[in-house]
Amino acid sequence: MKQFARLIAALDQTTSTTKKKDALVQYFREAPEADRVWTIALFTHRRPRRSVNTTLLRAWAGAEAGIPAWLVDECWHIAGDMSECLAALLPAGTNTCSMSLAECMDEIGSWKSRDTEEVREAVLGIWRGLERHERFVFNKLITGGFRVGVSQQLLVQSLARLLNLEDAVVSLRLAGNWSPQSTSWQELLHDERSDDARLYPFYLAYPLEQELSQLGTPEEWFVEWKWDGIRGQLVSRGAQVHLWSRGEELISAQFPELSQEAALAGLEAVIDGEILAWSEDKPLPFQALQTRLGRKQVSAAALKKAPVVLLAYDLLEWEGADIRNRPHQERRALLEALVQRVNHPVLRLSPLVSFESWQELKSLHAQSREQQAEGFMLKQRHAPYQTGRRKGSWWKWKTDPYTVDAVMIYAQRGHGRRAGLYTDFTFAVYDAQRNLVPFTKAYSGLSDDEFATINRWIKDHTIERFGPVCSVEAQLVFEIAFEGIGASKRHKSGVAVRFPRILRWRRDKTLAEINTLDDLRVLIGG
Amino acid sequence: MLISFTERGFYCAQGDFYIDPWKPVSRAVITHAHADHAYRGHGHYLAHHVSGPVMRLRLGADISLETIEYGEKRYINGVELSLHPAGHIPGSAQVRLAYKDEVWVISGDYKTEDDGLCTPFEPIRCTHFVTESTFGLPLFRWRPQQDVMAELLHWIQSLAAEGRNAFIHAYSLGKAQRLIRALHQAGVPILVHGSVRNTNKALLEAGLNIPDPPMVTAQQHIAPGTVIIAPASAAESSWTKRFEPFGEAAASGWMALRGTRRWMNAERGFALSDHADWDGLRAAVLATGATNVYVTHGYAALFSRYLQEEHGLNAQVVRAQFTGESADMREEEAS
Repeated sequence: MKQFARLIAALDQTTSTTKKKDALVQYFREAPEADRVWTIALFTHRRPRRSVNTTLLRAWAGAEAGIPAWLVDECWHIAGDMSECLAALLPAGTNTCSMSLAECMDEIGSWKSRDTEEVREAVLGIWRGLERHERFVFNKLITGGFRVGVSQQLLVQSLARLLNLEDAVVSLRLAGNWSPQSTSWQELLHDERSDDARLYPFYLAYPLEQELSQLGTPEEWFVEWKWDGIRGQLVSRGAQVHLWSRGEELISAQFPELSQEAALAGLEAVIDGEILAWSEDKPLPFQALQTRLGRKQVSAAALKKAPVVLLAYDLLEWEGADIRNRPHQERRALLEALVQRVNHPVLRLSPLVSFESWQELKSLHAQSREQQAEGFMLKQRHAPYQTGRRKGSWWKWKTDPYTVDAVMIYAQRGHGRRAGLYTDFTFAVYDAQRNLVPFTKAYSGLSDDEFATINRWIKDHTIERFGPVCSVEAQLVFEIAFEGIGASKRHKSGVAVRFPRILRWRRDKTLAEINTLDDLRVLIGG
Repeated sequence: MLISFTERGFYCAQGDFYIDPWKPVSRAVITHAHADHAYRGHGHYLAHHVSGPVMRLRLGADISLETIEYGEKRYINGVELSLHPAGHIPGSAQVRLAYKDEVWVISGDYKTEDDGLCTPFEPIRCTHFVTESTFGLPLFRWRPQQDVMAELLHWIQSLAAEGRNAFIHAYSLGKAQRLIRALHQAGVPILVHGSVRNTNKALLEAGLNIPDPPMVTAQQHIAPGTVIIAPASAAESSWTKRFEPFGEAAASGWMALRGTRRWMNAERGFALSDHADWDGLRAAVLATGATNVYVTHGYAALFSRYLQEEHGLNAQVVRAQFTGESADMREEEAS
């Protein structure tokens, strides 16, 4: 644990990619083999399932520290992170625990079959033996949600440097189904594994940042609509069909109409595409797809209400061979032939947008929302399929967000990185009777200076306080941007927006000038 | 009640004076010289000797100011007034007021750990205690100062090895001197921002025995491994070009939280505060023996609920326009 906790501290204390890489390489050079494999698993989201109920963890920590339960919960909210909160609350430890990471993970794995009292003893025993930072790391291991600012790419590059391998080779070896309990370092990184579910690392596009004319001529580019679904990779080898998410999680069970479809089995192909809820020849809003996400079992009703398709846009493996290095137009031609041959409504081709000039493409872009798309994807015809997020041959060109002007009516103290400041604001628009109706919260989008000024303003204009929240005089107007909007029964306003954020503080506007609920409803129609 | 909580500040009607008022009044007793406690525009000020020169520096040389020693007594229309060490920054005081059967202590900002720089905090028995709660949550428990300083020194040495300087954000009054004292003892070369230098001069004038490192100037040669101490507001100006390349750290109690460390965007954060931590606040409140506790700036609602439920005290939240140590270090408690 000590070595691993030191690695986490080193990664946490620097924003420099070079230093993070150095720390990783050094760790992989020194750590015991089993710890190394576990570290890769943890950094690639192959965590074991949460093994302890977090309510119990809070209760145990509170009792150990002599702090009432309500105060533990308040601290948790303010710290914004339960692992950190509990590590801070517990009384000083003895710093005598010498478990390795792998031993610790084995211990945690054994809790599934033990009763609560035994698990409590084990957790308290480990807590007592660790110092504060190690406790934080240990708590992360038992509660899940392990984010440490190490991207997949950074991990891959570090391992590639250590082992003197190509990034792409390491990337491919880390992908797919393997478990740290049953895979050795040698098997993971040095042996060719035969694994029918193995996926290819996704290629991810950067947002378009230059003028279209700088991309060269239109003839060099494929353009597709940017669909508002979830990215998926369909692996069809042998009799099995596997479906992977962009986060490299297996999502076959969530989409039986793809993974159980006989027409998609035995293709000896790997297809990259977008999973969309689809009905009557057009995509359903994202909200429909959302009812299908994150479930272990999909109900018959959900299957009927929000059936999905895979909109295919790339072919990575064909007749058992990796074809990622072939030019996009060759891959596309093979993909078109394959989709035609399969000839089944769940597998559709993502159509190409035809256009003569960049000017024409610009005017087509304005129609994105009518197409229920979020803009365009631009893909270089001659480029290979790359690994990870790289500039050059794929660009995403998103539509401008929707925007409305709204007034701030509640402010809430932030947690985590902004504990101690009011940072979470609730915004309202007018309804038909000129009453203020809250319609969204937003956190991000202001500069540190603006946050500081608004915090001072809040102190002088608070009407009422309840816990971490206060209501403020309805005066400050903000332009709120969001990516999508839909009707909602759960919200008082009757609308729900996607990815809301503060675009700018409109000091030039007054309360009388804010938008209305009717303005929002018009956007749903559009 | 001897003290009432008004919109100008804490008011003692019997003596007709305020303690740390935030709107102009004729007579103000000041706990310490930080800007959120010592406002401009009062008719007359009473404070501790050591606060005098800093208050003149910040509020104007011509203010009407009387200074007294810790423990020295003043009688104002029958109210016995005295100042007692608060351990927050040099010159910081708790104000003790006694009249008939009421004894009030208004503690301003305080910390219970002896930092070697200020006169250490002294608990004062009273019937009514006014306490801050900037870090009034069990999340905040400071490590001993020497441990934090050792870690800081280690960071400075690793920067020196890379040929870099160390730029530390700290309030000009209090935190800066505390860092200078510890780093000076360790033999580290130190340069300071003008606002820190001016504060040092005022404290020297007040009779404090503190090191007086030079200011950063445009042309000087700076050896790698030098520490530069400045308020956080200086970090955003081109002033920092003078001592590039450097690593940046913030010294603040908020650095105890991983989240705020990231928000401040400093490379490193050192949890070093001039405010009492959870254990310090609890111990201070209980040591007064007061049954009436008024909790001001910070996590006031939570801390007072804790005192009510766990210790049976008559604790309540009092609104005051003090900021304490702000999570946004550019907001000035001090400089």
